[in-house]
Amino acid sequence: MTQNGAYAFELKNVNIYYGSKLAVNDVNITIPNQKITAFIGPSGCGKSTVLRSLNRMNDLIASARLEGEVHFGGQSLYEQNVDPVEVRRRIGMVFQKPNPFPKSIYDNIAYGPRLLGVRSKSVLDDIVESCLKDSYLWDEVKGDLKKSGLALSGGQQQRLCIARTIAVEPEVILMDEPCSALDPIATQAIEELMRDLVKQFTIVIVTHNMQQAQRVSDFTAFYSIRKEEIAGGKENRWGILAEYAPTGRLFSNPASEETERYIRGEFG
Amino acid sequence: MATVIDGEPEIKTFMPDEAAFKRGLAGRKTRGLVWQIFFIASIVIALLALAALFLNVVNSSFGLVASTFEIDPDEVVEGGDLQAASAEQLAAAIVRIRPNPAKVLVRDNLSSVPTNEFTTRPLSDVLSGHTIPPGIESKTINELTPEELGAVLVANLSTDTMLTYVSADIVGEDVLETYPLFDSLLNRGAIEAEVIEEFGGEAENVEVYFRSWLRPSFIVTKQSSDPIATGISTALLGTLWIVAITVLIAFPIGVGAAIYLEEYSVSKNPWAERFARVIETNIRNLAGVPSIIYGLLGLAIFVRALSAITSGAFLGLDGNGRTILSASLTMALLVLPIIIINAQEAIRAVPSSIREASYGLGATKWQTIWKQVIPAAMPGILTGTILGMSRAIGETAPLVVIGASTAIFTDPNGPFSSFTALPIQIYQWTTRPQPEFRAVAAAAIIVLLVLLLLLNTTAIFLRQYFRRQLQG
Repeated sequence: MTQNGAYAFELKNVNIYYGSKLAVNDVNITIPNQKITAFIGPSGCGKSTVLRSLNRMNDLIASARLEGEVHFGGQSLYEQNVDPVEVRRRIGMVFQKPNPFPKSIYDNIAYGPRLLGVRSKSVLDDIVESCLKDSYLWDEVKGDLKKSGLALSGGQQQRLCIARTIAVEPEVILMDEPCSALDPIATQAIEELMRDLVKQFTIVIVTHNMQQAQRVSDFTAFYSIRKEEIAGGKENRWGILAEYAPTGRLFSNPASEETERYIRGEFG
Repeated sequence: MATVIDGEPEIKTFMPDEAAFKRGLAGRKTRGLVWQIFFIASIVIALLALAALFLNVVNSSFGLVASTFEIDPDEVVEGGDLQAASAEQLAAAIVRIRPNPAKVLVRDNLSSVPTNEFTTRPLSDVLSGHTIPPGIESKTINELTPEELGAVLVANLSTDTMLTYVSADIVGEDVLETYPLFDSLLNRGAIEAEVIEEFGGEAENVEVYFRSWLRPSFIVTKQSSDPIATGISTALLGTLWIVAITVLIAFPIGVGAAIYLEEYSVSKNPWAERFARVIETNIRNLAGVPSIIYGLLGLAIFVRALSAITSGAFLGLDGNGRTILSASLTMALLVLPIIIINAQEAIRAVPSSIREASYGLGATKWQTIWKQVIPAAMPGILTGTILGMSRAIGETAPLVVIGASTAIFTDPNGPFSSFTALPIQIYQWTTRPQPEFRAVAAAAIIVLLVLLLLLNTTAIFLRQYFRRQLQG
């Protein structure tokens, strides 16, 4: 599972189901290395579902099922012989709500390396320091690494979660609406951090905030919803990838009318 | 809702008018108040019941007793208060009042030579292995002065042993009548007059004094058929052994079952899922099965079928399967559902965000469970364990069925001892005809309640410790 070529991920004809219900239909997308790719779209369009399929996080949901191919660095992620534990170690994830472990700041960051068998105190000290520096948190917490991660502010907690993610040296960081629970100042700090991290990592971010997608991302994928009336006055809804382009072009010159209406804020 | 009729705007509303609203509001508040009073009343009733229970027990455990004595305690030690007497005072009393039985006491408790050589060999042989006061090593027991004999007793016997001996064999107290605490406090004069009228006073060696049936010697003494001299050490140790082994067995199995049901049974296979739900429902039902049924199960399986193990025969020990181990295994079955259900709730309450974060860093399932889920669920798991432990302390029926005996006069010393337990001992005392035993039973109830409180407090502190760990 080594990374090669310009593309980190390549999705071919991906359908994702929850039970018998189709959630995302026929997604084809290539996500480039060392760029920030944003997924935008209205609620329920499946953008988070696609994101979570990239590191097999959907495996944790018993009813979730994927058809099609997801390639990471040329290797299919959903082959029988691929271990999701290894996938997740190479493809880290930051969640919508900051979710530090109920442990000290130090232990939060040391958790991942310890899982992988790093025991040396001096090595762990170095990892903790460099990750906190990389996530702009070092100056704020360096005197008190024994403090609980839960005692930090929301923005600090989210940066701690990013520091924790990069501590296992992943190749990709997936971010599922990382700023939706944060105030504008904390959001700005995370966005600056992302621009910095993309020099080392491939980043895929799901966001509800179109300005954020414009500010930070290099490519933007717009997902939308398709509906179908079924018997009994109900309807089936599923998500599709509606448009995918470099961020500047998608926002300035969208190819479809639907994309244009969405980015003008007419629905979503 | 507005319609216009003849140019006049008329507001049509479905809401009540001002007066009706006020009336309705008063009614709504009254209904709330009635419920509030009902809830407060529930608490008051519960507290009253608890207070009544406690007062009843205390009322019986302390109070005046009228006793006859073979020898007035005043003549034994100064002031007549045996409980407060020092070892030296007790030894002096034994030697002074019963010089020859004092030697028997030495022979029965300390001698390491054959009985027929006891009076002829020097003390250095007789008391080998025990403390010998200086200067008397070459004397025989009969050559000792009273002071020297007293010194031997003080050096080798505990105050409790001497106190038991003095109470039972010298003072020879026999309780004629016991009175409850509140009567004793309020009507002491009437009680004393009644005692003199019924039994005669000082002349007959009858004395009325205030007795606490709950006393240190009560806790450390083995049981006896004499209510004055009896104690609960055997039952107390039996209960402690049973609870300890029960928790050791039930905690790991219960938590393990809960982890399986919550973390591993969820599967893409609908049949495995259904199987797990069936198990879960059955565990919930088992929590309601009467404890005597568990007793019958324990009797059939642990006492009888597995007696080779539970009696310790596989280790070369004698005896039958009616042991502490059988009792603990039965109790473990009884409390398992409680522990499993509570541990399941606790594990379910661990936020999925913590699990996802752990998986997202490349943790395996077991690493996630061991390092995140169990620590986060620990306070809740301990709550269930506390509940289970309290149940195990108080249960009587299954122990009776599997054959706890009340006639046990040696303290248990391990899992393979025969045993009795506090609730059984209490039950047995309350069924005795002598009224003194009801006072003894009440004192034992206080010990049981205090033990329950102590164990629960320990577990609650442990739970708070884990909770603080999580909050940082």
